[in-house]
Amino acid sequence: MKELICIVCPKGCHLKVDEENGYAVTGNSCPRGAVYGKKELVNPTRVLTSTVKVTGGTLKRVSVKTDGDIPKSQLFPAMEALENVEMKAPVSIGDVVLENFLGLGVNLVATKTVPLREE
Amino acid sequence: MVDVLIIGGGVCGCSLLYRLSRYKLNVVLVEKENDVSLGTTKANSAIVHAGYDPEPGTKMARYNVEGNAQMEKLCQDLDVPYLRTGSLVLAFDGEQMQVVDTLFHRGRQNGVPGLQVLTPKEIREMEPNVSDQVKSALYAPTAAVISPWELAIAQAETAVKNGAQVKLNCPVTAMEKTEEGFRVTAGGEVISARFVVNAAGVDCDRVHNMLCPPSYTVYPSKGQYYLLDKSQGDLVKHVIFQCPSSQGKGVLVAPTVHGNLLVGPNAEPAEKGDVGTTAEGMDFVREKAALSVSGINYRDSIRNFAGLRANTDQEDFLVGETEVPGFFQIAGIKSPGLTSAPAIAEDMVRMLGEAGLPLQEKENFDGTRKVTRFKKLSHEERARKIQENPLYGKIVCRCETITEGEIVDALHRPLPPCSVDGVKRRCGSGMGRCQGGFCGPRVQEIIARELGVPQTQVMQDREGMYIITGETKQGGKNQ
Amino acid sequence: MSGTERQTKYDVIVVGGGPAGLAAALEAKETGAEKVLILERNHELGGILNQCIHNGFGLHHFKEELTGPEYAGRFISRLPGSGIEVMADTMVLEITPDKTVHAMNSRDGYMQLTASAIVLTMGCRERTRGAIAIPGDRPAGIFTAGAAQLYVNVEGYMVGRRVLILGSGDIGLIMARRMTLEGAKVLGCVELMPYSNGLNRNIVQCLNDYNIPLYLSHTITNIQGDKRVEKVTVSKVDENRRPIPGTEMEFECDTVLLSVGLIPENELSRQAGIRMDRRTNGPEVYENMETSIPGVFASGNVVHVHDLVDFVTAESQRAGKAAALFALHGETPPGEEILVENGACVNYTVPQKIRPENVGKFVEIFFRVNFVYRDVVIRVTSGEEVLASYKREHMAPGEMEKIVLPKALLEKARDGKIRVSVEKEAQAE
Repeated sequence: MKELICIVCPKGCHLKVDEENGYAVTGNSCPRGAVYGKKELVNPTRVLTSTVKVTGGTLKRVSVKTDGDIPKSQLFPAMEALENVEMKAPVSIGDVVLENFLGLGVNLVATKTVPLREE
Repeated sequence: MVDVLIIGGGVCGCSLLYRLSRYKLNVVLVEKENDVSLGTTKANSAIVHAGYDPEPGTKMARYNVEGNAQMEKLCQDLDVPYLRTGSLVLAFDGEQMQVVDTLFHRGRQNGVPGLQVLTPKEIREMEPNVSDQVKSALYAPTAAVISPWELAIAQAETAVKNGAQVKLNCPVTAMEKTEEGFRVTAGGEVISARFVVNAAGVDCDRVHNMLCPPSYTVYPSKGQYYLLDKSQGDLVKHVIFQCPSSQGKGVLVAPTVHGNLLVGPNAEPAEKGDVGTTAEGMDFVREKAALSVSGINYRDSIRNFAGLRANTDQEDFLVGETEVPGFFQIAGIKSPGLTSAPAIAEDMVRMLGEAGLPLQEKENFDGTRKVTRFKKLSHEERARKIQENPLYGKIVCRCETITEGEIVDALHRPLPPCSVDGVKRRCGSGMGRCQGGFCGPRVQEIIARELGVPQTQVMQDREGMYIITGETKQGGKNQ
Repeated sequence: MSGTERQTKYDVIVVGGGPAGLAAALEAKETGAEKVLILERNHELGGILNQCIHNGFGLHHFKEELTGPEYAGRFISRLPGSGIEVMADTMVLEITPDKTVHAMNSRDGYMQLTASAIVLTMGCRERTRGAIAIPGDRPAGIFTAGAAQLYVNVEGYMVGRRVLILGSGDIGLIMARRMTLEGAKVLGCVELMPYSNGLNRNIVQCLNDYNIPLYLSHTITNIQGDKRVEKVTVSKVDENRRPIPGTEMEFECDTVLLSVGLIPENELSRQAGIRMDRRTNGPEVYENMETSIPGVFASGNVVHVHDLVDFVTAESQRAGKAAALFALHGETPPGEEILVENGACVNYTVPQKIRPENVGKFVEIFFRVNFVYRDVVIRVTSGEEVLASYKREHMAPGEMEKIVLPKALLEKARDGKIRVSVEKEAQAE
């Protein structure tokens, strides 16, 4: 039996996951908690949020996220991959920065609008 | 050949530079840090003392009373915040009542105008928040509060405007006597000067000993303070002292010219350069302050700091020519040094004149300065100012209502700052309750833009106090 | 548009264009207020959400997980065509009780705008080193977590390489992860209290995920460094939160981030003469978020510091709606007022006062407890009578609580008072 704190929502339910019985989850208050409990033990994943460079805009960085979870083990390689990414303003929320990011089956998308800088 | 080289850009050095800049002379001030006023000048009680404390007949007594008399006009000329609050020295028992009487008579002897000994009723009418244990108090109407660093900066700026020079990042490392005067090595440069004045503050003994055999030693005494938010600024209207003891003037509670409340200092021996605060020191300050004024809300504390008094093993200030002819000093300047600075400078000019410095006045000397303080303007003046220059329409520091116009102006005055705190000392940005949390990055950006340097190189304060360690997303990890 | 041409009379002026202001303005407009103006001091709308690039926002309001800028974007994108006027880069300097708003910017100069109703949504600021008097030297490298967040997420600058965090509020936890991902080494998170003030999920995904230790019941007792932070001393504290000698640990680091609390930013409110609640540091408000000055409303972190932006939105919609109704129909006629008192274990409540005539079917009361509790009951009482009870398995100061009182219950209130308190379940049964 493994004890976890659910991170699916701010409530933070205290979960118990039974590894011997098909990762049965108790202590969750919603179905998403059950999914999380199992996944956290089998293949823990996270959404990555960060920034990338943007040129010609009102800001120098635009915030980005993976539009789905990626394996926890890929967080640092993913950060590494963002180091040299550069976007050009204007950028809109939802713009795809990189498709099938690192071959992980998720896209990297912009989470902020960055208008063109008026000279 | 420099006529007068001043060592140290504290309030004493800057006062002297300002005084000398009216004469047809080549005057240079060297300062080891990247701005003036970075030593004791920026961390003290900010009081213009009335002059009842020093023993009659001392230099301290004379300069204090003279300096007090000059200060208001000087601050008007230079547009330096000054507020004549008056001060009270509180007595809580019979022994202290005697001290108050002694101070009253000493003050009269020193020539302090308007002193009165007040009854408890009179005290509480003036200051409803002082302790109801108070038995009597010395009231000195001529005491005032001031912005010490602005006094130093304003004088340095105005001196530079009138042709004097300030060399920053210029620590003096060696001095020697020559035929015509002195050869001074400062910041890698060799400066020849006819006269040298040592105004090196806590470092004055080190500088003194470069030319003279040791005759005094600085034993720095550290004082710690609380600065409270403007919500506490109205708690008292006067500078509230306790009776002085061998430990110094004791813990005071005072309004500041910027509208805050200042509480402190304690007194403890310290090493040169140690301006750290301690839990014991802060506890002591709170405990002692509670004896004079009740209801100080320390939850509204916005900053704590400590400063060093340049105490020496000599009782009095050391002002005058040393045993090496032409080498003068303004040394061992402890309290009331700030108050005394203008009078010391005036006297030093006289002494230099007597030693042969030709004091011929410039025809075009302008000893005044005017700065825009947007916060102090009327609605109409504000509207006009913004119309003239839209940068005044942009508030950078929201706590203190400081505009981009004021910051840009400071960055283009005769002695421009190069750090976030340098701008703070000139404009007041970051002095408020958020302590630069919101405006710090903006100020840094404006400095970088106006001075044409990368933002990463704009320091918090002194050289080496870097804020930013690098950029994100530069193709390499931070480590 | 020049200053003279500008129409200066508004139905509703909203001071602050963060999440609270955006929700209030949109709701005011939808309720029927014709001329609605948002005054925003930054160059863009969205407030602090712009630097909160992490996800976890919007689960209540949008039923999906968004990042801060995305959450703000959902509201900002509704503005064009809404008829709501926005003045960015505009600072409000003063609000008078007759509802004149003194504001200024570079474009329009100094303005005196009048409004039928005002909504105050200025948000909050962070407590600083000075507020908690951390002893030691004064080197560079000490930041509030939010200031560091701005540098890293918006400006693109790193503020340190080896970092220690004081306080386990959510921003501090979030920054522990951010700095780690950007290549810094976060040595630990130090918390004075025996529990964290942050959300549990943030302890897991910001600290545990990166093996960053959390030191509960510890505090920083010394900071050393001449120019930049060099070394920090951390000590364990006793039950009175005093450092225990002999428990010192030293951390070699160049940066300290402070996440030691937020303070509602109410200088404008105080200056206007609005009655303040010393517990929240925000204005006292009625059920519809109206302050002690009729027609002046307040919502979001300026009233009380929230953990979740979703609740800020809901509260601000209430304020925006009430402001529009005030602008359209005028003042609420004087009627009965019920005072909400803080009972055992309760630090504060919002609203502080309820006018039953203004209440629809029910009224929501938000509050925080003063410590961590397990298996407790929230009681709403009036005099000796228990009006309502709500069970809770777990309560903590870091988690804002909400109870919903039906209007019928308010009618049972005696002497114009109800009291919210928290009791152990065992005692209660």
